[in-house]
Amino acid sequence: MSDVIDRPAPARRGWRQSDSPVKRAFARSRTVQVASAVLLLIVLATLLAPWLAWQNPFDSASLELNDAFLPPWSEGSTGAFYALGADDQGRDVASAILYGLRMSVLVGVSAVLLSLCIGIPLGLVAGYAGGWFDTLLMRIADVQLTFPVILVAMLILGVVRGVVPEGVREQVAVLVIILAIALSDWVQYARTVRGAVMVEKQKDYVLAAQLIGRSRTAILGQHILPNLLAPILVIAAISFAHAIVAESTLSYLGVGLPPTQPSLGTLIRIGQSFLFSGEWWILLFPSLVLLALALSVNLVGDWLRDALNPKLQ
Amino acid sequence: MSSSDTHPLPVLRVRDLGVTFDTYRGPVQVLRDVNFEIAAGEILGVVGESGAGKSMTGAAVIGLIDPPGRISSGSVELDGERIDGLRGEAMRRIRGRRIGSIFQDPLTSLNPVYTVGRHLVETIRTHLPLTEAQARARALELLEEVEIPEARVRLGQYPHQFSGGMRQRVAIALALCAEPQLIIADEPTTALDVSVQAQIIALLRRVCRERQAAAMLITHDMGVIAETADRVMVMYQGRVLETGPVREVLDRPTQPYTRVLMAAIPSVHQRLERLPVPEIGAPATAAPVRAEPVPHAAAAEGKALLEVRDLGKEFDLSLGWLERLVSQQPRRMLQAVDGVSFKIRQGSTFGLVGESGSGKSTVARMVAGLTVPTRGQVLFDGQDRFRTQTDLRRRIQMIFQDPYASLNPRWTVARLIAEPLEVLGLSSDPNETAERVAQALRRVRMTPDDARKYPHQFSGGQRQRIAIARALASQPEFIICDEPTSALDVSVQAQVLNLMRDLQDEFGLTYLLISHNLAVIRHMCDDIGVMQRGRLVEAGDAQEVLDAPQHEYTRALMAAVPDIQHAH
Repeated sequence: MSDVIDRPAPARRGWRQSDSPVKRAFARSRTVQVASAVLLLIVLATLLAPWLAWQNPFDSASLELNDAFLPPWSEGSTGAFYALGADDQGRDVASAILYGLRMSVLVGVSAVLLSLCIGIPLGLVAGYAGGWFDTLLMRIADVQLTFPVILVAMLILGVVRGVVPEGVREQVAVLVIILAIALSDWVQYARTVRGAVMVEKQKDYVLAAQLIGRSRTAILGQHILPNLLAPILVIAAISFAHAIVAESTLSYLGVGLPPTQPSLGTLIRIGQSFLFSGEWWILLFPSLVLLALALSVNLVGDWLRDALNPKLQ
Repeated sequence: MSSSDTHPLPVLRVRDLGVTFDTYRGPVQVLRDVNFEIAAGEILGVVGESGAGKSMTGAAVIGLIDPPGRISSGSVELDGERIDGLRGEAMRRIRGRRIGSIFQDPLTSLNPVYTVGRHLVETIRTHLPLTEAQARARALELLEEVEIPEARVRLGQYPHQFSGGMRQRVAIALALCAEPQLIIADEPTTALDVSVQAQIIALLRRVCRERQAAAMLITHDMGVIAETADRVMVMYQGRVLETGPVREVLDRPTQPYTRVLMAAIPSVHQRLERLPVPEIGAPATAAPVRAEPVPHAAAAEGKALLEVRDLGKEFDLSLGWLERLVSQQPRRMLQAVDGVSFKIRQGSTFGLVGESGSGKSTVARMVAGLTVPTRGQVLFDGQDRFRTQTDLRRRIQMIFQDPYASLNPRWTVARLIAEPLEVLGLSSDPNETAERVAQALRRVRMTPDDARKYPHQFSGGQRQRIAIARALASQPEFIICDEPTSALDVSVQAQVLNLMRDLQDEFGLTYLLISHNLAVIRHMCDDIGVMQRGRLVEAGDAQEVLDAPQHEYTRALMAAVPDIQHAH
C-alpha cells in the first residue's frame, strides 16, 4: 500500500536521528561500521608505518640474517620480537606488511582516480553525442580490451625506458605503474558510463532540461552524472582491488616496482615461493591484509552507492 | 453480496480472503474479507485503482504471494477443492494446468530466444500426455483459435516478430494450452492501442464462452470491464466495495465511492466543466458530483498563438556509416510526420489523437523545439520557432507522460522547479527563487514544504503536479502536454485534468494536448486533429469531429473506444 506514514521521531539523539541521510544510513548498517573501521585502521597504518614498525625491512643494514624463517610469535637473536614471523632474509613480516601497504594503497588509489578521470568524461561524451566520436572511442576500447593489462603496461614501460634517462627510472617507476594500470582500466568506466548515459538521455528529465536550453555540459554534469553514481562506485571499488593485484603481478614479472620500493604484491610474490617448504606465514599475512583491504573497500563502496541514492533513504 | 449464479458449484470460490505482509514495522494487512465466486463461462471483472488490491487478489488465487506476504485468513476453492494451502509441486500442477494466466506485457512473459511454436509445444507437453507431433498439431489449432493469420508460418517465428496485439494473442493461446477451468487476466489490454484492445477483448470473451472457462479480468479500465465482464467487483484499499452484474454496478452503483469513480471517468460523448474527484486515502464517501456541461465556446475568431505549416520529419533508420559502407546497404528513411498543418487559438486547447507510432509525439517535440523538422515551419506568435532564438523558451513549456522519468530522481523538488527560473534568468537572488518556487507549488495545490523532498517521496499524481509546477514556474503562455495522464489512475487523472483546466482559466494558458485517449481529448479540447501514420487525416472543432467523424480512421477509432455506456 502506498500511504506515507509520518511518524514523530522517537526522542533519541545521535546519528540515527541526524538530518543527514548518509549519517542515518551509516548508523543503521553494522557492516559498513566494521568495514570502515578496518579501512580507517589500514589508512592509519600506512601513514604511521615508520613509527609502528620496529624495523625498516628494506634497509638491508637493519636485517638480521640469523633470524631468517623464524615462525610467528617468536623472539629473535637480538631480542627483537617477530609477531608475524620473519622471511628468508630475516625481515620482520609485520614491518614489511606496514611498508608494503603504503605502496599498494598509493598505487591503487592513484590508478583508480586517474582512470576515473579518463574514463568518465570520454564515456559521457560518447554516450551523449553518439556518432563518429562514439564509434571511434568504442573501437579503441575494444582493441584495448583484447590486450591484457600486462601487455599494455609493458608497452608503456618500454616507451618510458626509451624516453627517461637511466638515473631517474627508479624514481618514476611508481608513476609509470600507476599510468600503466590506469590506461588499461579506463575502458571499463568509459563503456559503463556510455551505456548508462544512453539509457538516461532518453528519459524525459533530460528533455525537460533541453527544453529550457541548458547546455550539454550542464545536462551531462548536473543531470546525468549524479544518476550514474551507482555503477561508477561499484566499478571503482572493484577496480581498486584489481589495481593492487595488477601491480603485484607486474612486480612479479620484474616490470613493476623496484625492490627498493616493495608493495603488498611483492611480499605475496616472495611468500609464494616458500609456501611449499612450510613457511606459510610469509604468504598468509600479507594476503590476509590484502583481502581485508579489498573487502572493506568493496563493502564501503556498495554502502555508499545505496546511501547516496535518495530513493533508498 | 450474493452472486446471481445459477451454477450449483462455482469454479472459483474465494471466502474471507486476507493477505498480510510481515514488515519490520509489524504486520500490514493488504487484503481483507475478500469474497467472490466465478461460475463456469462467466467473466468477473475486478476494478479499482493502483493499490486497491486487484492484482494481489489474483496472485493469492494462483498461489503467487511471496514472502514477506502470506495468506492470513480465508480460503480459495477451485472446483470445490481448497488450493490456498498447496505448496510447491502441487500448486505448480494447478497453475498452468487448471488455471491459465495472461499478463500485461506479453513481451516480458515470452522467452525471446524460443519460437512461438516451442513455447506452445512445451507448455502443452508439460500439462498433457501428448507426443511432439500431437502437441504441434494442437499448437496450430490454438493459434488458429486465437485468430492469428498464417498460423503455420507463425509457429516458427520468434516473439519479436509479432506485434503487441499478436503477442497478446499468443499469450492467450498459451493460457489455453491445457484447457484450464479458470483464466486470470491481469491488465491484458493496458499496453495496447484502442483498436487492438477491442479485438483482444472480443477474443477473450469468445474463448471463455466457448470453453465454458471462468475468467477473472483485472483492470483499471471501466470501459474494458463494461465491454467484457458479466459481473464486476469493485475494490478499494484492499477491500471489496461491491459486487454485482456489470450494468447494475456501472449504472446504479450502491457505494458512494463507486459512484464518484464512475463519474470521474471522462466520456467520449459529453464534455464536462470539471470531473468529480474520488478522495484517495479518505474514507470512501461521496464528494458532491458537480457536473455542468460546458457551454460550447462559439468557434471564436481568437488570434492564432501557434501555427504549424506543412511540418515534416524524416528519421534516418540506416545503420552507422561504417556498417552501411561494409554491407553496401542504402539509407533507410522513416517518414514520421508528413505535411501536418494546424493552428491553435490563444487560450484554447488543441488535441492531437492517434495510435502509437502515428507521429503525434514527434509533432509535440518539434513544436517544443526539441526536434528539428525536416521541412515546414512552426510559428509561435508569428515568429519562426527555429529561426528566432528570442525568449521563446520561457513562453513554451512542456509536461511529459511519465512523471517518474520526467523529474530527475537525484534532485530535490526545490531545485527542480528553480532550474528553469535560474537558467532562463528570471530570478537572480535565492530569496526570490525560493518565493517563486513556493508560489508555483501553491498553484498546483501543494505546500511549499514539499520543496525539500525528492520526487520518489510523492505519488504519481503529485509528481505530475510537480512537473506542472516546474512548467508554470517560468510563466509560459503555451504548454505542450504529451500524454499527461496516461500513467495515472482515473481519480488522479480527474484531479490533474481539473487542475489543468483551472490553470487555463486563471492564466489564460494555451494547451497542445497529445493523447491516445479520446475521452480525455473530448473532455479537454476545443479543437482536435487526428493523426494516422504521420499524416493529419482530420481536424476541426472537437465536438463536430468526435460526434460526426468524416474520415474512416476517426470513425474506426471512435468505434473501438470501450465505453462504460456501451452494453454488450
